[in-house]
Amino acid sequence: MSLTNDIIKTRLTEKFGELLGAWEEPYGMLTFTAASDQNLKVMNFLKEELGFNFLTDITAVNYPDRKGEELAVVYHLHNLVDNIRMRFKVFAPVEKPDIYTATGIFSSANWMERETYDFFGVNFVGHPDLRRILNVDEMDYFPLRKEYPLEDQTRIDKDDEMFGR
Amino acid sequence: MHDHNNIRLPEGSIEKETTTLNLGPTHPATHGVFQNILELDGERIIKADSTVGYIHRAFEKIAERRPYYQITPLTDRLNYCSSPINNMGWHLTCEKLLDVKTPKRVDYLRIIIMELARIADHLICNSIVGVDTGAYTGFLYVMQYRELIYEIYEEVCGSRLTTNIGRIGGFERNFTNTAFQKLEKFLKEYPGVLEEFENLFTRNRIFVERTKGVGGISASRALNYGFTGPNLRAAGVDYDVRVHSPYSSYEDMDFIIPIGTTGDNYDRYQVRNAEMWESLKIIEQAYRKVQEFKGAEAEVFHADVPAYYLPEKSDVYTKMEALIYHFKIVMGETEIPPGEVYNSVEGANGELGFYLISDGGRAPYRLHFRRPCFVYYQAYPELVTGGMLSDAIVTMSSLNLIAGEMDA
Repeated sequence: MSLTNDIIKTRLTEKFGELLGAWEEPYGMLTFTAASDQNLKVMNFLKEELGFNFLTDITAVNYPDRKGEELAVVYHLHNLVDNIRMRFKVFAPVEKPDIYTATGIFSSANWMERETYDFFGVNFVGHPDLRRILNVDEMDYFPLRKEYPLEDQTRIDKDDEMFGR
Repeated sequence: MHDHNNIRLPEGSIEKETTTLNLGPTHPATHGVFQNILELDGERIIKADSTVGYIHRAFEKIAERRPYYQITPLTDRLNYCSSPINNMGWHLTCEKLLDVKTPKRVDYLRIIIMELARIADHLICNSIVGVDTGAYTGFLYVMQYRELIYEIYEEVCGSRLTTNIGRIGGFERNFTNTAFQKLEKFLKEYPGVLEEFENLFTRNRIFVERTKGVGGISASRALNYGFTGPNLRAAGVDYDVRVHSPYSSYEDMDFIIPIGTTGDNYDRYQVRNAEMWESLKIIEQAYRKVQEFKGAEAEVFHADVPAYYLPEKSDVYTKMEALIYHFKIVMGETEIPPGEVYNSVEGANGELGFYLISDGGRAPYRLHFRRPCFVYYQAYPELVTGGMLSDAIVTMSSLNLIAGEMDA
């Protein structure tokens, strides 16, 4: 019998209970939030018990207004046999953004987590090689956080001879 | 001093030193900005360390202040060998968020363009594998058919490489007769060319010996490394987004997913060739279906969603509604529903995903590109370690790595 969102939800609730919450199905994809120290347990359960054997994506989102959970790390998983996708999130405070690394479960998590660290500063605990990946090593901030807005395109105070503003 | 622990020396031999070779970031054999710091024992690679990010352009950040229709040109610059697929992927993501249903004719036209792009991309990749194994002829020979594909793009959207093709809801204009004539010419001539291309390589002894058994990966490792597209299928997993979660009416098309067994360079080459034949089949079917539309239906090239579809410029000057919608779209006054969407398309080198979070504003709150080759390039050290330096070059080109996509 193939998996449905309801079955996945029931199985996860049986196993983890109150540690998971915020169940949603935006555009048909099951989405929930896990307690921030449960991400590996949830992922392992999904992989071993429910057949989510493919890690599609890891990324993060910055919500500066949510105090204590400014950074959301978003995992997209795919069960290739039953052909069903799902996503779950863990939240971390921006002062101490520690999340366990998924590199032990999926090798592909390595660079995805490095990218997430590079742009959001999420500290993946236990990652074998947590360095910046796309930005220069000397960079001392995390550019995709909302506190670094892009330059105002209409500013006129800047005189640039080379590019002629 | 180098670390000697990895090398087992025969008893009584003199101490051996390894060489560190900086391959790239600008090297004619890497076909893009890739840097690999290789630790070599003679010509054998004992360690590889990849550095990426040399052409990072912060697309995800830029996208956070651009209205939706202005993000299409950013996607052009991801996998620039097949930009139409990226453009369509982005349009489809927006259409999913905005709940726009496109007419069948638009879907089929999109399929034609996407499959042409796939052929163009595979053509480059496979012929470059040929170049790296010492055969320039194939590359030059197939170039004129990529040129023909580019001419078709040009007829449809006016540009060739970074196409910015289509809009949310459909195309900017209907396909011209010239476009269809060129497509017919392509469909007529290309099978012969592909056959000749295959004759040149598939049973060529030099080519086979350079590629077979080199850079192989098992299916389970490939899945674990997040391989998608032809590289995953070459390892034996029949995962294809066009079949698993059909978009743009791919479910109406009849085609097979070619797979390999060993996941080595030769299998990747074979899978790509087989996919080009399948793409041709798909284009023929889609073209037949497009021709079946008669009368007013044959003129449909966009969905009827005036709130999101940028109107034609001549209408903006002459019609009130078009002017209003044009103004609203350009000034970012359109209603965008808040929401969270993941949508993916089968790019030429794998699953190209768009993770889009909208908070109802004119620009995305967050947009993340799942770039297939960024994900699978991390397997490169594992693929080349223990092999020869010259094989590493072939492996790199047969993985179809596009620096623009990797670095986003």
